[in-house]
Amino acid sequence: MTQKQKRHKSLSRTGARIREWGVSTGFLLPSFAGVILFFFFPFAMLIRMSFQKSATNSSFAGLDNYTNVLTNEAFITASRNTAVLSAVAVPAGVLLSLLLALILNSKIPGRSIFRSILLTPMMVPVASIVLIWQVFFSFNGMLNGWLGELFNVDRIDWMKDEMGQIVLILLFLWKNLGLNIILFLSALNSIPQEIIESSVMDGAGAIRRFFSIRLFYLGPTIFFVAIMSLINSFKIFREEYLLTGDYPYDKLYTLQHFMNNKFTHLDYSQLSTGAVVMCIAMVVIVGILFFAESRLDSGTEE
Amino acid sequence: MDDRIREMRRRQATLARRNVYKPTPEVSSYFSSLKPEEKIKFVSSARSRNAKILAKRRLKNRIFTALGVAVISAAALLALIPIFFTFLNSFMSSAEITSNYGVIFQSLPGDSNGAAEFLSRRPQLQLIPQQVSVEQYSKLLFMTPSYLFRYWNSILLTVPIVAGQLIVASMASYSFMRYRRKRREVLFFSYVILMLMPFQVTLVPNYLISDKLNILDSYLSIILPGVFSTFSVFLLTKYMRRIPSAYIEAARIDGAGEWQIFTRIVLPNCKNAVFAMAILLFIDYWNMVEQPLIMLSSEEKRPLSVFLAQVNMDEIGMAFAACALYMVPPLLIFLRGEDYLVEGVSQAGVK
Repeated sequence: MTQKQKRHKSLSRTGARIREWGVSTGFLLPSFAGVILFFFFPFAMLIRMSFQKSATNSSFAGLDNYTNVLTNEAFITASRNTAVLSAVAVPAGVLLSLLLALILNSKIPGRSIFRSILLTPMMVPVASIVLIWQVFFSFNGMLNGWLGELFNVDRIDWMKDEMGQIVLILLFLWKNLGLNIILFLSALNSIPQEIIESSVMDGAGAIRRFFSIRLFYLGPTIFFVAIMSLINSFKIFREEYLLTGDYPYDKLYTLQHFMNNKFTHLDYSQLSTGAVVMCIAMVVIVGILFFAESRLDSGTEE
Repeated sequence: MDDRIREMRRRQATLARRNVYKPTPEVSSYFSSLKPEEKIKFVSSARSRNAKILAKRRLKNRIFTALGVAVISAAALLALIPIFFTFLNSFMSSAEITSNYGVIFQSLPGDSNGAAEFLSRRPQLQLIPQQVSVEQYSKLLFMTPSYLFRYWNSILLTVPIVAGQLIVASMASYSFMRYRRKRREVLFFSYVILMLMPFQVTLVPNYLISDKLNILDSYLSIILPGVFSTFSVFLLTKYMRRIPSAYIEAARIDGAGEWQIFTRIVLPNCKNAVFAMAILLFIDYWNMVEQPLIMLSSEEKRPLSVFLAQVNMDEIGMAFAACALYMVPPLLIFLRGEDYLVEGVSQAGVK
């Protein structure tokens, strides 16, 4: 190859690269412009606002807003409640759906029907759930009636009680297990069958098989399911809001309630600071999860 | 029989320990050395032993399967009850519903902090209506336009978001699939982070920009952030990256332009993921509560998802019918697209 040809080739390669870049950027452009306009740019505004004295007074306030928010009684309660809810709901969701997926993965008659049925709660609109909810869980509802009849317990006002959080977690599980089960089922299916078979030949029991083989293959899925559950656990607010309104029982007051109430009072500095704090918290949590996953990954490969 | 073999083996082991070699008796030679009646006994005992082990194993399997079926059916029952409950009750007459559940809604406190009244009457759970009537539905459809308007609002909000986001996100995903340099990967990662942000965080910037653009209290303030939300980019990109690059190379050699590659090769190949995303997005936005609460200050613009929860006492019968109708589109979409959903989503969690 002569020098000229070489140069020509490398030139055409850079040309192709530029073309590639141009085309892909063109495809990205609509989304990128929208994301910049509706998320990144206003978020930058938000950060600026969180350092200002107020929406009208733009003088620098230092960390005043942050200390205000972080010492705000309502914010602390709200973030504690949200954290507790997610911290219980996400692991419970992962474990239960893994269990159900394992059951469905064994030789059970009517697997696909069960799978479809378990997915349906996801499709039930929030507003419909709320109506059913009131029938079963309100103070004079069915559940209290049954409990009174069977065990002679006093009626519990479910949404104004310590039990409220448990009820919400159950609701979350009811809604989200189906999708998690699908994710786990497909992961279980992707495990090479030969490995399972050879482990059976070597005399590994079901439990040993699960912990030594399946769990290894399920690692990324568990991570993904955990993240999806985490996102969805924040959406439990919908049911909660429709059931209990702006100011629910103390234990049920979540971050979204806090935000909503700040919106209605148009308290921009608290609002923006709260959002920034939450964003940082989310990034930290997700970062930890990513870190844990990559550690787990490299640990098992060696 | 066993004992004899065992004894021979033991003796042989002892001999071997003394370095006295004696060949191991083969089972066949042992077997042929037996008398005929002993042979029969030997075979039958081995057979019965095997049968016993097999039966034990089968029983164990059966017990486990039964347990599994029991657990799964319980879960399935819990999953289905609310749906059946709503649909069956929506066919009751309003008098029947009031007599069954009136207690519940009577006692609901006016504001959310007030305690519920204690009523001695108990509600009655009834799954099958005493008399099937479509009274609720006719009332809902012909006499109360407010429900229908809210229903239409829901459609007006959901459909553009789903369609728009799928178009924008699939193009972005194509770009993320084709071009994988460092800076682009960083951008992709920031998209993922954005996808993971709960509404609590993203709504504030959305509100601010809508305020700036003067589109608050109009549907655009919900639709536009919805369209540009990055929720579906992650899954679609992940799915597209599984398409063999040979397909794209072949198409390019055949003279296809980028747009053609995108619409003819890439999109058909990730049909499952696109449909799965369409279903997930549809449910998500059909159910939206946070956005309308914050963006839409005028009541009559809000969708049914927010409105349905504010039913008052004398409308509970109709609420059942409205809930049932509200459930229909997602359920239909689900029935139609379940396979796509399962196929499309299932690739996401697997490496």
